[in-house]
Amino acid sequence: MSALIEFREVCRYYQMGDNVVTAADHVTFSIEKGEFVAIVGHSGSGKSTCMNIIGCLDVPTAGEYLLNGRNVGELDKNELAEIRNEMLGFIFQQYNLLPKLNLLENVEVPLMYAGVSKRERKKRAKEALESVGLGDKLKNLPSQLSGGQQQRVSIARALVGKPSVILADEPTGALDSNTGREVLELLKSLNNEGHTVVLITHDNEIASKANRMIRLKDGRVVYDGVALSPEELVKANRESEVS
Amino acid sequence: MGIGESFSLAIKNILSSKMRSFLTMLGIIIGVSAVIAIAGMGNGMKTFVKDTFSNIGTNMLQVYIFDDGTGTKSVSIDQIYDIVEKHKDELAGVSPYVGINGVVKYGTESSETTTVGGVSEDYFTIEVLELSEGRKLQYMDMKNRQQVCLIGAYLAKEWFNGSPIGEEISIAGYPFTVVGVIKQTGDSEPRARTNDDRVIIPYSTAAAINGSRQVSQFFLTSQPEVSTERARVSLENELLDILGDKDWFYVSSMAEMLKEMDSMISVVSTVLTIIAAISLLVGGIGIMNIMLVSVTERTREIGIRKALGAKERYIMQQFVIEAGVTSGLGGVIGILFGFLLSAGATALIKSLLQTQMTIVPALESVMMAFGISVFIGVLFGYLPAKKAARLNPIDALHFD
Repeated sequence: MSALIEFREVCRYYQMGDNVVTAADHVTFSIEKGEFVAIVGHSGSGKSTCMNIIGCLDVPTAGEYLLNGRNVGELDKNELAEIRNEMLGFIFQQYNLLPKLNLLENVEVPLMYAGVSKRERKKRAKEALESVGLGDKLKNLPSQLSGGQQQRVSIARALVGKPSVILADEPTGALDSNTGREVLELLKSLNNEGHTVVLITHDNEIASKANRMIRLKDGRVVYDGVALSPEELVKANRESEVS
Repeated sequence: MGIGESFSLAIKNILSSKMRSFLTMLGIIIGVSAVIAIAGMGNGMKTFVKDTFSNIGTNMLQVYIFDDGTGTKSVSIDQIYDIVEKHKDELAGVSPYVGINGVVKYGTESSETTTVGGVSEDYFTIEVLELSEGRKLQYMDMKNRQQVCLIGAYLAKEWFNGSPIGEEISIAGYPFTVVGVIKQTGDSEPRARTNDDRVIIPYSTAAAINGSRQVSQFFLTSQPEVSTERARVSLENELLDILGDKDWFYVSSMAEMLKEMDSMISVVSTVLTIIAAISLLVGGIGIMNIMLVSVTERTREIGIRKALGAKERYIMQQFVIEAGVTSGLGGVIGILFGFLLSAGATALIKSLLQTQMTIVPALESVMMAFGISVFIGVLFGYLPAKKAARLNPIDALHFD
């Protein structure tokens, strides 16, 4: 059986004026169903590019990206939109909730585009919000919530469509460390329930909460293995320099 | 995502910024209400003209004989009567008409506005003139050039307190005895060429006052079952036989005049409506402008929606419907405003011009104005919607 996410020599080049910038340089890895993987790197390492490609917001310039066995590079815009809707749940650093819609309506949005009936939508959105502990705030607007609560709404929105992959882009970036930890715990428990979680972050501390870590640097994979804590990482780096 | 969903979303968005939505609609509101009021005014004018003509009778024909000064070109009253006799299946009645340019006086008072005309006893079969008291003019009045007259309700009221029979007035210096009063048809104000402010005398007397035995104007009516146009052709042919040239006379028919006025009013009101419709176009451009701004403002929202699986079609649908709903709503407000405007204009015309012209917005112009405003909204919403739909989700998500 093939992996859920499979990058085969994925390259992504951008035209910046006269220069061609290489954002992803022959990136190869695969993620199995049920994994909790962190993609780590500094800014400019190519992790955002990888996240965009995994999230089907972008397609590789060269190489292949297979999502559940389908070659994403061959799909048109509508098919990409369908895949995003059905297979991916996004969690953003800035939450990206729609400010004019209440929590229930926000969580309903992916289901609306999936063509789920209004009644079914309301029911599922309510359940999703209850599962992240916001069942009592269904009619509130996002602006009436704290950052941590808003992020939980966006997690509920990511979950509601029962996606194959939950893609979290710096989900704790805008939160204080306590609420950040809570959000990570929530992601971890989702993983324990069987969800595949891909976490994109620049923070080693946060990445170490995942089970597996893929480190990117200058658009290349420099480490792919067990998630290491920052201390272990320093040690590992030192060893690699010695050898 | 269904159309209904897009509608409720659109209404939500419109209501969330009421002031802006209203300003966006303003162009459409003004355009639609102007179109409705102007088209209604055209309608009102047509009705008004038709009503006015129906007093006179659309089967009336007027003959004008042009005098070359030598008196050689003329049609005698007998000749006209012969024509009517000859074509009695087409022509019903005839009366000479002799206008007098003289001031009407009673004692020291005089009326400048009063129209004085000399007619025969048959005139009363041509124009519907009812008397409130006294008698009509008779054959003997013609024959003997009697100095008798009928007066309008205005003079009767103003000079004689409503009982003028037997009183004497002076017309162009000649004394005339009042034998009848024409029933009031208007508001009894001193205004030329109205039934309330006129004096009718025997045509023979009028011709004598003018010092000419020739009559240059005749009023005729066609038989009701015959088309006025056919009667007119027969009349023209006969006159051509007598006078030898078409340049010496002119026959005008009320039906034709009504038709001409009708088409003239149509042209004028169409032109005005088109001008008003231009403001609809401008309103549409206003909508496009605001929608473009709105797309930019909502770039992030569009990015989020796309990331969550919205296809281009859905984004497009959302924006087009929003534009359509905005302009449609503007259209509805414009229609209401147009009706108010029409009512206001009717009242204004009534008080300023003392006429009974009612501005009636026609159903078809209301429907058309609404249809056009929705169409314009959708048309001008298309471009911004396309722009929104084509946004790259990655760029849109990182837009601040």
